[in-house]
Amino acid sequence: MQWITELYEQNKRVIDVAIQSFPKILIPGLKVTIPLTVLSFSFAMIIAVAVAMIQYSRVPVLRQLCRFYIWVIRGTPLLVQLYLVFFGLPSVGIVLDGFTAAVIVFSINEGAYCAETMRSALEAVPVGQIEAGYCVGMNYFQIMRRIVLPQAFRTAFPPLSNSLIGMVKDTSLAANITVVEMFMATQRIARANYVTLALYIEVALIYLLFSTVLTFIQRRGEKRLSAYAALRKA
Amino acid sequence: MADLILNAQGIKKSFGGVEVLRGVDLSVYRGDVVAVLGSSGSGKTTLLRCLNFLERADSGTLSFDGESFELAGISKKQIAAIRAKTAFVFQNYNLFANKTALKNVTEGLIVARKTPKKEAEERGMELLSRVGLADKRDQYPHELSGGQQQRVAIARALAADPDIIYFDEPTSALDPELIGEVLSVIRSLAEEGRTMLVVTHEMSFAENVSNRVVFMEDGRILEEAPSSVFFREVKSERIRSFLNMIKKEEEKK
Ligand SMILES: Nc1ncnc2c1ncn2[C@@H]1O[C@H](COP(=O)(O)OP(=O)(O)OP(=O)(O)O)[C@@H](O)[C@H]1O
Ligand SMILES: [Mg+2]
Repeated sequence: MQWITELYEQNKRVIDVAIQSFPKILIPGLKVTIPLTVLSFSFAMIIAVAVAMIQYSRVPVLRQLCRFYIWVIRGTPLLVQLYLVFFGLPSVGIVLDGFTAAVIVFSINEGAYCAETMRSALEAVPVGQIEAGYCVGMNYFQIMRRIVLPQAFRTAFPPLSNSLIGMVKDTSLAANITVVEMFMATQRIARANYVTLALYIEVALIYLLFSTVLTFIQRRGEKRLSAYAALRKA
Repeated sequence: MADLILNAQGIKKSFGGVEVLRGVDLSVYRGDVVAVLGSSGSGKTTLLRCLNFLERADSGTLSFDGESFELAGISKKQIAAIRAKTAFVFQNYNLFANKTALKNVTEGLIVARKTPKKEAEERGMELLSRVGLADKRDQYPHELSGGQQQRVAIARALAADPDIIYFDEPTSALDPELIGEVLSVIRSLAEEGRTMLVVTHEMSFAENVSNRVVFMEDGRILEEAPSSVFFREVKSERIRSFLNMIKKEEEKK
């Protein structure tokens, strides 16, 4: 027991700063990091489903545009995209606040990756089921909505959850464009108090907590979706 | 003369320059059970798929239930109208993996035909009982054996009371011990007078259940005869060697 007291005495200031900063880090986490993630990921999903369906359904012209979009977005760094939109666009008269710019960039960026996930999930649905759908009189949209998409979402659920967890952490890049999210808040406290290691460990642990909660939700979700999980067998 | 449901004339279909159907003529009358035989690659599946527009024929005409269509220029609406009177049973069942047995049967009724849910479910249960699977109504396809899946697929095919059912080797994907249960369902359909066009390698089925046999070779119909005649008096060397080959294969099993 002695050594714990000694350790505390030696590092008293650092530990106090770490404890006092906890709410100051967590609150931007809840107020900025999480809304940024939720908004961006929702838009990303809308983009992803649309882009994946366009490609899957082989819509002419739009399909080529989608390929181009995915090619550009996946081929350039996220940080560069953030800089381009936030610092670059004002020079052509488009001025966005940091949060808006971050939502736009994260949505578009994540949308490209998730579109590929969705597309491969759509393509994994056996063609025979689509043909069976036609044979019982359904049309293309009915088959998509009732047969293909539900199965594709089931297949895509784990990799999409992965993307979501990745995005929680990627939002820390928004610190570069003045968004005071969790990481930016931590940096500020660190600079003001000359405490680094403890605070960065602290913020890392909070990210870990967020991810863990999401992983838990993912597990629950997968279980709920697993009614016909043995698709692989078919 | 019995009444003519389907009359196909000169169906042709090529895949990448290879002519797979080279002018197929076929008539099916109400109540007919036509067995389509032929060696692998002779075009049996392609013929069935062209008749139900899962594949677009390059040319040919199709009279269906009194109406005539050019296969190459047929419209989506006309296709839908013909499909509404037909059903298809696939070699590998193709049940909707995200739907229970009952929903597989009712899906087309509810979604495509706008049958009220309750009525569709009653019809669905009636058909599941018919194929001996009433107790599996809430099972998903992966929870069923191959034979059970195929019986659900047959119930699904019956749902909209089609004028003709196409079967593409309905028992070929099944373990030998499960073939019987599916064949007996198909036999019972024949007994109740259903019109069916059945691609099969089961010679006893062709001989005992079907009333007519069509023998395909190289994208053409080489021989067409009442089954009693086909199995007892065929003269063609080609057909005799085909039947011998099948017999040998069956003996191996
Ligand atoms: N989608 C396709 N693309 C290219 N070639 C095809 C396609 N479908 C069928 N074929 C070819 O057409 C020919 C006839 O095929 P089909 O499946 O109709 O034969 P089958 O009589 O049903 O044979 P099996 O008894 O093996 O089922 C084969 O040579 C096959 O390779
Ligand atoms: Mg075949």
